[in-house]
Amino acid sequence: MKPPRFRYFAPQSVEEALALLAEHAGSGQVLAGGQSLVPLMNMRLARPSVLVDINGISELAYVKTWDGGLAIGALTRDATLERDSTAAARMPLLVEAAHYVGHPAIRNRSTAGGSIAQADPAAELPAVMVTLNAEFEARSRSGRRTISAQDFFKGYLTTDLKEGELLTELRVPGLPSKAGSAFVEFSRREGDYALAGVAAVIVLDENGTIADARLGLCSVGPAPVRPQAAEALLRGQLPGNAAWAAAASAVVAALDNPLSDIHGSAEYRRHLAGVLTRQALATAAERAERNR
Amino acid sequence: MQEEDFVTLRLTVNGETQRLVVEPRRLLADVLREDLGLTGTNLGCEHGACGSCTVLVDGQSVRSCLMFAVQANGHEVMTVEGLAHDGELHPLQQAFWEKQGVQCGFCTPGFLMTAYELLQHNPNPSEAEIRHALSGNICRCTGYQHIIEAVQSAARSMAEAATVPSGT
Repeated sequence: MKPPRFRYFAPQSVEEALALLAEHAGSGQVLAGGQSLVPLMNMRLARPSVLVDINGISELAYVKTWDGGLAIGALTRDATLERDSTAAARMPLLVEAAHYVGHPAIRNRSTAGGSIAQADPAAELPAVMVTLNAEFEARSRSGRRTISAQDFFKGYLTTDLKEGELLTELRVPGLPSKAGSAFVEFSRREGDYALAGVAAVIVLDENGTIADARLGLCSVGPAPVRPQAAEALLRGQLPGNAAWAAAASAVVAALDNPLSDIHGSAEYRRHLAGVLTRQALATAAERAERNR
Repeated sequence: MQEEDFVTLRLTVNGETQRLVVEPRRLLADVLREDLGLTGTNLGCEHGACGSCTVLVDGQSVRSCLMFAVQANGHEVMTVEGLAHDGELHPLQQAFWEKQGVQCGFCTPGFLMTAYELLQHNPNPSEAEIRHALSGNICRCTGYQHIIEAVQSAARSMAEAATVPSGT
């Protein structure tokens, strides 16, 4: 289990990285935390001939406030995100989800941007980003562009990133101050990829009815799932078991393509998605109530 | 292979500066075990699942099978060999021995380094915190219970040692 040979570059700036990615278009692969890429290379399932290691680009590691929300540099480690006080205050959903990424030693290396660019359907952060209406910045030699999270994830390990582009920033718009959020997932062992995971955001109005609801699921399709029919059902309802059950049924009905493997059948994952949806919504509503 | 396919790197391992010339694809685990002879770090799965190869880089636990040695250039690495000093076991090693946290011993270096990082940040962890911290390390012998007890015991003895005034 040794990786195949590759040429190695360690740029110290974004500009330098973009030049390398342009020069090695078609063969250059970005190395961020390496917690998904290196196992694939060790097993020789991935054989990039050129690695552009961005770990030295310190300008890409930050968490800062942006538009009432957060801007996160792509190289920010999950362990950093998990402990960041600005993120905890502004976007607790992200911090809660980051805690579920792998194990502590994995999170010391794995990066927020890496998880987004890898687009594993079982990963937590892509589903959370879709739930939070996040947008991503990609840069290349020819400029920069912004892609919404909804448009970014195309399918299993497939994103909208183009040859020569580097994911540089994740931007999460702020939530209303009265919002509550929750992330729950189920995995057979702590730190494993989840069989299903649900992110939920609930906003209550002054009467305590649901003004807005958002849901995002991981591990139940080839890309993060945003069940908009379930969200629509919740708006205008009173928080409670009846509303959660109706939303959960709508979520289950919307899942036509969950994975079936040795860890769980499609039917089981669909069932799990419903259970976790109820849990996530109830917890998010409780937190929203406390913030009201 | 051409000469430019090799990289020169300098890293500190257990306090000693090491200068090496390696291929970029050389994993940190292989440099530690094969080039530096530090075979305490064990390689189990080689894809980041088992935790046996956990070492500290700049004080943070990492899987040495998921990091290229070239990425540790200029950084400080600590392996299980760095725990004991002058023939005296580190309190964690002592506790693993006393509490029978070791059976076959293959996973032990990874557990020790992971627990070492935990106690650095959290000298008095709850059982739940210990279990969470060690969740990425697999042991196929002990059933974990003795490992948890060993970490609790080490935390206690390290706290006692820290409260003994110097010179007594």
